[in-house]
Amino acid sequence: MHTAPQLVLLLIMLTNFAVLGTTRLSTCIRAVALQGLLLGVLSLLLARQFTLHAGALALGTVAVKAVALPWFLEWAIREASVRREIEPLVGFNASLLLGALAVALAFAITARLPLPGLREELLVPISLATVIIGFIVVTGRRKALTQVVGYLMLENGIYLFGLTQTDSMPFLLELGVLLDLFVVVFVMGIVIFHINREFDSLDSARLEELTD
Amino acid sequence: MRLVALCALPALAAAMAFATSARRFVRWRIGVLVAVAATHLALVATLWIVPAAPVLGGWLAADALGLIVLTLTSVLFFAATLHAVGYLRRERQRGGRVFVGGLLGFLCATSLVALSQHLALLWVGLEATTFTVAPLIFHRHDRRSLEAVWKYLLISSVGIALALLGLFFLATAQTGVAGRPLVLSDLLAHARDLHPAWLHAAFLFLLVGFGTKMGLAPMHTWKPDTYGEAPSLVSGLMAGALTSCAFLGVARITQVTMAARMGPFVQPVLVGFGLLSLAVAAIFIIGQGDVKRLLAYSSVEHMGLLVLGLGLGGIGAYGTVLHVLNNGLAKAWLFLVVGNVVLATGSSAAAANRGLVRTLPISGALLVLGLFAVTGSPPFGLFLSEFTILRAAFGAGHPWIAVLMLLFLAIIFVGMAVMILEMALGEPEPRAGHAPESWWLLAGPVGLAAAVLLLGVYIPGPLQHALTIAATALGGTAP
Repeated sequence: MHTAPQLVLLLIMLTNFAVLGTTRLSTCIRAVALQGLLLGVLSLLLARQFTLHAGALALGTVAVKAVALPWFLEWAIREASVRREIEPLVGFNASLLLGALAVALAFAITARLPLPGLREELLVPISLATVIIGFIVVTGRRKALTQVVGYLMLENGIYLFGLTQTDSMPFLLELGVLLDLFVVVFVMGIVIFHINREFDSLDSARLEELTD
Repeated sequence: MRLVALCALPALAAAMAFATSARRFVRWRIGVLVAVAATHLALVATLWIVPAAPVLGGWLAADALGLIVLTLTSVLFFAATLHAVGYLRRERQRGGRVFVGGLLGFLCATSLVALSQHLALLWVGLEATTFTVAPLIFHRHDRRSLEAVWKYLLISSVGIALALLGLFFLATAQTGVAGRPLVLSDLLAHARDLHPAWLHAAFLFLLVGFGTKMGLAPMHTWKPDTYGEAPSLVSGLMAGALTSCAFLGVARITQVTMAARMGPFVQPVLVGFGLLSLAVAAIFIIGQGDVKRLLAYSSVEHMGLLVLGLGLGGIGAYGTVLHVLNNGLAKAWLFLVVGNVVLATGSSAAAANRGLVRTLPISGALLVLGLFAVTGSPPFGLFLSEFTILRAAFGAGHPWIAVLMLLFLAIIFVGMAVMILEMALGEPEPRAGHAPESWWLLAGPVGLAAAVLLLGVYIPGPLQHALTIAATALGGTAP
């Protein structure tokens, strides 16, 4: 019924909802790891021909987004022994509803922004939906770790959009995206480590001494 | 060659500072910091005399707007470096390795932003500023600075990610258009051919993304916490140099949209963000209890003025470019003075610092002068640039914008004056002694104050020329 890229995109959409609907942090991390793997596969499927560049990009994406970062986040939850997201600012049912709205919004925006010469119609709406859902997770959850997962989803959505541009964009930028992701999470990781040591929990809602 | 050196020299020095781990090298590291800051400033000064040709295939060049931001960054970095010498002498509990390395990395990243003619390179530079200042904000290693650095990292990472999406939109708008992707001069040359709907989307995302790094309301929420908890000289560099670099990102995309004749779409958005930032600053400045948080809201105010002038166009664009300089110099001046106060009394709370003109006479006097400078009183430079923006509001036929602007500026003046005058002139604690003030700690703010005063009475010829070119590039005119 569908072509392979469409199937992969739909799976990416499902991983988004998996993160929105679960309380278990390890499920969130696995979902975002799977999403990283799917991104790598998709970048290969969408390449016009198999070049060294396309292969390296797919391999690098999988290595960073599906292996290194999830491994690091798993390490962080073991260190901090947190299991669940408790009392999120936006409830789980409300998050799922917002996620559905995000998808509708993404399709509505795409209809107004025509993209000439696109190989895969679903790419733009699903990329925008992933960005918005990532934003919902960053702002709607309390645990520092879940916020990082949300940030990764947001970056994944941007990466998806970047796949429409692989022909015209310079190599530098793809490298920049991966590097950025790695460094930011590295820095965030150090901070998470300190939050854990200082507060005995990764609850960023405890960080509320600074208010007006 | 000089352009590459401006970015590469601080990067090399930062690597060296990180590499030397032992505490024995403290003095050596500080020496490197001062030497790099002075060399950087000297190199930037030569750019004003002998312009440098673009390098790396036109990716790095010093155009008028970039050169103004670069000069500001270099001057502020030099002033902050002198301050850092005095600061690290007093705060010797750490070796200063991360602190000095982070400062030098920051100089490299901001120079890259100022010189980039490729918007993706500019983005990489701004992204790099985020993680070079993060360890600086966390310098005190306590709970409050941890909270501040977490908020800063999360909010500005999301902002910078949205800016990246905006860059992709811009590249999409450029599909099928002649010229190299995302290179500023090519974008400007073929601006009329860019796809309008994608360009609109790109503008909004880049404005929100870079606006987050600037601290425009409503994306300003990290600002009071970060400036309040970071060491004062780091807050000064962020409020003066980093926000100006982020503003350069906003100015670049405005350049492209103005060249594409999209003024009617772009200008109301900029004016809206500007007025909102002024309003938020006016509301939160009243009743502040901490001078660093007060200055953070003042920074929100001035970021608002920058985009307001940009949105008004005409002579407003000139006022904005001049205001980049004035605001940067004045903010760094005030934060360095507050740094002296915090070093002497250990607190930036207004209640803990009274009668500063008696306990710290020079810093106290500089603080009072700074109050008048930063609120735009004559004869300081900020009066000139704010007045130019005000004239643009009247000239553009929107007197209500001018009235709102004056109202917010008046509220902000009262709010700041109440706190700072009480700090300076109030009755000091009976046991407060007469603390010594080191010249390392005073040289920076005194020099910056002189520069702000100079810009208020006389603008040198080459600078006037550069300001005019920059204002024209932003779709405005010189008065």
